[in-house]
Amino acid sequence: MEKFDVIVVGAGLAGLAAAYTMAREGLEVILLERGDYPGSKNVTGGRLYVNPVRDLFPDLWDQAPFERFITHEGFSMMSKDRSITVDYHGRELCREPYQSYSVLRSRFDRWLAEQTEAQGAMLLSSAKVDDVIIDNGKISGVLTGGDDLHADVVVACDGVLSLIAEKAGLRRPGLPGDYAVGIKEVIELDADIINARFNLEGNEGTARLFFGDITKGKFGGGFLYTNKDSISLGIVIGIKALTDDEPSMEAPAFLDGFKNRPEVAALIKGGQTVEYSAHVIPEGGYRSLTALSGNGILVAGDAAGLALNLGVTVRGMEYALASGYYAAQTVLQAKDAGDYGTEMLSVYKTMLENSFVLEDFKNFRETPTVLDDPRILSHYPDLFGNIMKDIYEVPAGSKNRLYTTIRRYLTISEMLSMFKDFRKATKI
Amino acid sequence: MSDPMELKAKLGLDVFKPGPKPHITIKPGMEKDPRLKKAILVCPAGLYSENENGAVTLTIDGCLECGTCRIACGKDVLDWNYPDGGAGVQFRFG
Repeated sequence: MEKFDVIVVGAGLAGLAAAYTMAREGLEVILLERGDYPGSKNVTGGRLYVNPVRDLFPDLWDQAPFERFITHEGFSMMSKDRSITVDYHGRELCREPYQSYSVLRSRFDRWLAEQTEAQGAMLLSSAKVDDVIIDNGKISGVLTGGDDLHADVVVACDGVLSLIAEKAGLRRPGLPGDYAVGIKEVIELDADIINARFNLEGNEGTARLFFGDITKGKFGGGFLYTNKDSISLGIVIGIKALTDDEPSMEAPAFLDGFKNRPEVAALIKGGQTVEYSAHVIPEGGYRSLTALSGNGILVAGDAAGLALNLGVTVRGMEYALASGYYAAQTVLQAKDAGDYGTEMLSVYKTMLENSFVLEDFKNFRETPTVLDDPRILSHYPDLFGNIMKDIYEVPAGSKNRLYTTIRRYLTISEMLSMFKDFRKATKI
Repeated sequence: MSDPMELKAKLGLDVFKPGPKPHITIKPGMEKDPRLKKAILVCPAGLYSENENGAVTLTIDGCLECGTCRIACGKDVLDWNYPDGGAGVQFRFG
């Protein structure tokens, strides 16, 4: 019988952060990854915001294989035949330390796994965990490929579905209204072309989000991130909206429609798609967080539902890294106390509550409801588009006064609705 | 509508390692269950389709292991597992 201090299930960012932190403190850690290598089953949009986790892993960031540091932020409101883009950039975003970077998980996780192994953690790839071992109500190990591995505690970092937490009796299968599916292409494009096309210098990068007609009024939106020599382009749509809301359209068609928009097609022109991927994303925020710990088990990252959509910023990876770190701190305390029971491990929740992780989730608990609104997803892109059209249009005859033009759209009832929306939005 | 050939070509770009048996199967008797029909709409790889008898069929080749069908349809109609260790999609970019 193999016995370790701790078994970490899943070598994504939460699992790697947990294993790295515990191995550094001398614990005997085994890290199980079902893919051929860490990162081989992971998908991100994506970008990583470093500021919240910089001090948790002070030695990591200098050498990290990031793609580009993001200096150009933008979002586009898309209606049927036009779009309005807000572009935010300037010197303040180009100063070090940079706040966020585009990443490709297969590269990033593999590198982080090397750092984790260097701390002494044992990584076992191509090892799927089939079940948990329960002794007298306490999780005491896992079954993988016919072998049973034992440990004082199991840290479940097995991703958004977390079958491990489900088998441990900590959660039930997720509800469609709390999750979205992200579908993405990695499109290879010469770095010089990317720089010229997006007005970037050197290793600067662009992040842009899109919402409106591209999801046909369904909850979700599009994203574009520039990598070193590729573009990550994708679309996210609520799973419940896909099956319940009109129009009924198959998921892959949304990405095709998005790619074929002239505004987007011009940005990826000449590029070669090299990978097609998809993944479920937690979207329910605070109300859909699942159990964080139990008897002999901790849950971190997407497995606990730790991803947050704040409209113009979508975040998950830094919550994965931080929750992995705090799971590790919990295990270290539990080891000192020689107690891995439910009450001892509930320290984990307190740690997350005292950190940016659950503070963010509480602060933004209303955001998922506010964002899932047809007025934001279709009405405003249309309204602002109409106003733009009339402001910019020069007709054959005389042009109306601007105030009269705008006023035509801003009727009393529209302004009342806007006021109500504004009040709703103050909850964000 | 997305073009099924185009989708196949995109899936052809990914690296897949075959497993000994399909990791997701439709539970016997559930082929015509309305819950299962949702999978046709949500699957990013277009692996679910409905045949002339109104039964839903699943081709597992090209599965991206995203989990969407499990969330959309639930455990009652699908026997849902990840592929064995080392099998299935292996993302090179992610």
